[in-house]
Amino acid sequence: MSTKDNWPTWEVFTQQKNGAAHEHAGNVHAPDAEMALLNARDVYGRRQEAVNIWVVPSVAITASTPEDMGPFFEPGNDKMYRWPNYYKTPEGIKQI
Amino acid sequence: METNIALYKYCVRIADTSLILAQRMCEWCGHGPILEEDIAMSNMGLDLIGQSRGFYSYAAKLESKGRTEDDIAYFRNEREFLNRCIVEQPNTNFAFTMMRSFLHGCLAYLQFRTLVKSKDDTIAGLSEKALKEMTYHVRHASEWIIRLGDGTDVSHEKVKEALENLWQFTDELFEMDEVDQALIKSGIACDISMLRAEWDQMVNEVLAKAKLERPLGGYQSKGGFNGAHTEHLGHLLSEMQYLPRAYPDAIW
Amino acid sequence: MNQPQIQEDEQKHVDAFNARIAAGKTIEPKDWMPEKYRKQLLRMMSQHAHSEVVGMLPEGNWLTRAPSLMRKAVLLAKVQDEAGHGLYIYSGAETLGTDRAEMIDQLLSGKAKYASIFNYPTLNWADMGAVGWLVDGAAIVNQTALAKCSYGPYARAMIRICKEENFHSKQGYQIMAHMMSGTKEQQEMAQDAINRFWWPVLMMFGPSDADSPNSDDLMKWKVKLYSNDDLRQRFIDRTVPQAEAIGIKIPDDKLKWNPTTRHYEFGEINFDELKSVITGNGPCNKLRMKQRNDAHKNGAWVREAAIAYAEKRAKE
Ligand SMILES: [Fe+2]
Ligand SMILES: [Fe+2]
Repeated sequence: MSTKDNWPTWEVFTQQKNGAAHEHAGNVHAPDAEMALLNARDVYGRRQEAVNIWVVPSVAITASTPEDMGPFFEPGNDKMYRWPNYYKTPEGIKQI
Repeated sequence: METNIALYKYCVRIADTSLILAQRMCEWCGHGPILEEDIAMSNMGLDLIGQSRGFYSYAAKLESKGRTEDDIAYFRNEREFLNRCIVEQPNTNFAFTMMRSFLHGCLAYLQFRTLVKSKDDTIAGLSEKALKEMTYHVRHASEWIIRLGDGTDVSHEKVKEALENLWQFTDELFEMDEVDQALIKSGIACDISMLRAEWDQMVNEVLAKAKLERPLGGYQSKGGFNGAHTEHLGHLLSEMQYLPRAYPDAIW
Repeated sequence: MNQPQIQEDEQKHVDAFNARIAAGKTIEPKDWMPEKYRKQLLRMMSQHAHSEVVGMLPEGNWLTRAPSLMRKAVLLAKVQDEAGHGLYIYSGAETLGTDRAEMIDQLLSGKAKYASIFNYPTLNWADMGAVGWLVDGAAIVNQTALAKCSYGPYARAMIRICKEENFHSKQGYQIMAHMMSGTKEQQEMAQDAINRFWWPVLMMFGPSDADSPNSDDLMKWKVKLYSNDDLRQRFIDRTVPQAEAIGIKIPDDKLKWNPTTRHYEFGEINFDELKSVITGNGPCNKLRMKQRNDAHKNGAWVREAAIAYAEKRAKE
């Protein structure tokens, strides 16, 4: 098939309620940003799943690779002092 | 004219127009140019069915003969259908469908926007929902008219042909009679003749972006809203209504 | 790198992959995967997506003739969902490196397969009941299993889809229930529908395990978690009581409850019919392919126009 009629993909992020973070919902094919937005609305908003939508060209996303997993995320493992429950609260004190 | 009789007719006109267009949208489902568009056109179809059900139900209530939305939709003949003729025009191709949605949609949008302020609470409520829906339909159709008009030579020709063929059903969008007059007086209906200038502006703007010229003159159809239709409606109805008519005792 | 080194690396990958599968972890698009896993998944997912899209046609056939406005809305919403399912699964399959246009080409050229069931005609309104209740019911059984499969994008698409399928099968069952409690003609239509659809629906689960060429690998890789026969049995066990509840007769004289196995026994499935429908010789194969080809061909100028417009705007 010719590439003349092959639309690029756009990643769709939907915000499920006001104030919530946008979450990845899936993708749509569309010729441009405005149509991507309309398509995303029709595909991912049919059941009132969204109050706001972002669309991003799929090619614009850079992702870490599975090989990155160790070096990227494991160094966080031994830094338990970042978590509040690492710290014992002295007895008798209700709130810090 | 008695208000309830006028209001019944007013509601049926709106409901018929929405339903017949919905029926045309149904024909696309599974046959659209791309999956995303199948979904979009189905969404519009669903909105339109919803609108028709709302207005039929209210008409049935006003009539108070114990009829249901389905009785009104399925048991009237072509001369009794009160939709604007533009919506019964066949899909022909995607450009026709989008142009039909656009030309009719602009008026429906303006009409519901005015009816939101109707003194009749039910009409106002139904219109509030329909207004949101038509806002989107117009946006969707406009985007397509622009892309088809300013896309390729082929698409330009097709959308131009659609415009020229459908133009003859545009004056009719603004037709009014004593039904409207009676209801305008009581603040229930809206005076669509007042919406013409804004409709012109909406249409001209999109046509300009689409590099299309607005047709001049030519034949203009009349009277769909009083049962004077094109040949297409009878076929559409015979398909749509056949089951309940073949088995009038059945409940589905 | 020398040859033994490459082989050693490959083996390391395979071991790591197998270990992930064994540990019940999901495989994600950029993870290393055996070429065969990718190919089999792509085949399975694209077939599944094609089935959703072709599956719009038999029910789409009744959209303009739905006997009430409520039924029309429900059916349209249902068929529309199927377009969405096709879309989600294509998008999952695209993560395996083949784009949707290419998959669609394979469908349209007849190279790719789709579910055999959609090659049967829908001949009366009760078929909308039978299809929703039985075909979507079978799909639920299949897809609930797939929602736990090892490929992340496929599993996630299935979770989304399963939520929607429940609505599909319920609306179908409701149509059937209404018709069975309706007029004599309605009851006859309903019975006619199940008579035609029952056996083809059982065939949807595929050939029996002894005869299923791709199953071994797929099960080893936890793409398939249950065998065709297991899923078919599960479907029958849950459907028979539903049929009894509305007084419709399942067209199988051998159907009976076995209290020892706690399963229904059933008659022999005509797998020759399945084979011939799958290979292109069912009642509607030609029609379905023509409908899809026409839609695609008639839409080409629309898709091209949108691209042409976007390119012009990008140059400005
Ligand atoms: Fe589905
Ligand atoms: Fe379904």
